[in-house]
Amino acid sequence: MTKVEIANRVAKETGLTKTKASEAVESLLTIIKEALKNEERLEFRGFGVFRVRKRKARTGRNPRTGEEAPISEGRTIKFKPGKEFKEAIINQGE
Amino acid sequence: MTKADLVERIAERAKLSKKDSEIVVNTVFQSIIEALTKGDKVELRGFGSFRARDRQSRVGRNPKTGESVEVPSKKVPFFKPGKDLKKLVNGG
Repeated sequence: MTKVEIANRVAKETGLTKTKASEAVESLLTIIKEALKNEERLEFRGFGVFRVRKRKARTGRNPRTGEEAPISEGRTIKFKPGKEFKEAIINQGE
Repeated sequence: MTKADLVERIAERAKLSKKDSEIVVNTVFQSIIEALTKGDKVELRGFGSFRARDRQSRVGRNPKTGESVEVPSKKVPFFKPGKDLKKLVNGG
């Protein structure tokens, strides 16, 4: 599923034009991205929590050459799915 | 940030009524959940992708009784941030 498919569904549910609906979806993603950039924690009931986690600098190793290489400190995004989301997936027919 | 905050900010940014903005938020989240439930994955360019990942069964322990119990394999939702998003949080 892509952004276009989601936007089409938004258009159907709201009655907005497809252009306006895809703008709205883009706004949603941009707002989440900006909040994560500011290291804000986002908690959406039923869906999940996005937050930024800091990773310490460490010494890694090039798996091919075996050489040691420094890995600098970084930030990564952690998504923890909410209860409803997890339950929907677990109960999927296999 | 909560869902209510997100609804408000989308309404402002996309110039929508709060009611429409709320439908936008619910529809986006619901579409992602439904896609994964159907075994589909969701790819959002510039943001990241959602898919269901397999988690293997394991032997767990009842913390109260100390008894071993088999925890069955299951699927769990997984989010992989896209390149742009990774760069953004790393100050790029």
